[in-house]
Amino acid sequence: MQPQPRTDPRPSVLVIGCGAIAREMLEVVAANGLDNVRVECLPAILHNSPERITPAVRERLERATGYDKVFIAYADCGTGGRLQALAAEFDVEMLEGAHCYQFFAGQRAFEEIAEAEIGTLYLTDYLARHFDRFVWKGLGLDRYPELLGDYFGNYTKVLYLAQTEDPERTAQAREAADRLGLAFERRFVGYGELEPALLTISSESHAHIRTQRPREEKNA
Amino acid sequence: MSDQELDLRSLSDEDLVAQMHDDLYDGLDNEIDDGTHILLERGWSATDVLEKALVEGMRIVGIDFRDGILFVPEVLLAAKAMKAGMAILRPLLAETGAQQIGTVVIGTVKGDIHDIGKNLVAMMLEGAGFEVHNLGINTDADSFIQALDEHKPDILGMSALLTTTMPYMKVVIDTMIEKGIRDEYIVLVGGAPLNEEFGTAIGADAYCRDAAVAADTAKRMVMEKRAAAASN
Repeated sequence: MQPQPRTDPRPSVLVIGCGAIAREMLEVVAANGLDNVRVECLPAILHNSPERITPAVRERLERATGYDKVFIAYADCGTGGRLQALAAEFDVEMLEGAHCYQFFAGQRAFEEIAEAEIGTLYLTDYLARHFDRFVWKGLGLDRYPELLGDYFGNYTKVLYLAQTEDPERTAQAREAADRLGLAFERRFVGYGELEPALLTISSESHAHIRTQRPREEKNA
Repeated sequence: MSDQELDLRSLSDEDLVAQMHDDLYDGLDNEIDDGTHILLERGWSATDVLEKALVEGMRIVGIDFRDGILFVPEVLLAAKAMKAGMAILRPLLAETGAQQIGTVVIGTVKGDIHDIGKNLVAMMLEGAGFEVHNLGINTDADSFIQALDEHKPDILGMSALLTTTMPYMKVVIDTMIEKGIRDEYIVLVGGAPLNEEFGTAIGADAYCRDAAVAADTAKRMVMEKRAAAASN
């Protein structure tokens, strides 16, 4: 048997992402054969207390040694620019927009949607699938249903921005709208800006391995 | 009343106030309603009931929220309970001409429909002795300016929950600057995605982390402004 050429099993790109888009990221990686990309996710539930997101990403960034490129697969996600500042500090890129539903829909399209009806609650595949745990129980509505009006009294509709054509998922999203007493609308948007972002970061990866450090440390 | 229920009337004033703090903490609006009536019947002034029973109770709730012991649903329930007490006290406070510390115009900025935090701040400010004009949600710069002209408040409070809407606070402040009225008001800002740096960057006088901080900051800054005016 001829000896096989050795290949480096280590991926050269690390994507630190949100658990709420894990399935979509892994799908993009597999569908496009992005073998140099490793996806690591932080718990999606961090979104229920956004002040915990930036420290969690920082902790993972500080351990992200041995990668050519690191990418933060989060939008701002309620961090008020703190995540953007962290990305700049570590000289890494991240997704654009306020939330995942914005980069799924596309920035311009989302702005038009949001402007047309500000009282819109957005669902993605993940949020439709986990509505009960993430939204209903997350807001304590299982224990205090009388708070429904306090949380959603100013909303008028649920807009499900679908990543997949899945009737079961659509039924879950519709049921969520019913539970909230809101009108329901569905739009298929696919993976939006997530796919090109991961393709770009994968293609920009270089052969050399370096350690991820804060910018000032690198410049010292 | 079941045997398990506590007879609030059997409690001393001190124990009743302590019980009301517990009831606020547990979001029991009927008990707060009862406790407020009982204290008033015992000759307490509306101001004392407000400050010693309700505001102090909410202060404890605020501390435990900040420390991660209580969460948003529990704070909302506590706020509803305080609202029940306030509904009884408000007309009495107006009737007795209780001295107002100052006046506040407050609203959630344009493009934003979230008002839980803003309403909580409004209630705490009212509890702290401010006359509060709550403009509601999705408030544009013109509406803020119009309310400032109409009510001549000491403080303008602005709230936003969304990263996409918080920059609108600067639009309002810039409009105030353009009209030459910025320095006439204390501008306080708050909301989940905001921070101290953002407040400074947009030209606000202070960022308030939560409702209790907002009430304390409002009182302090109004006093400071009046002291400075008096010394000039």
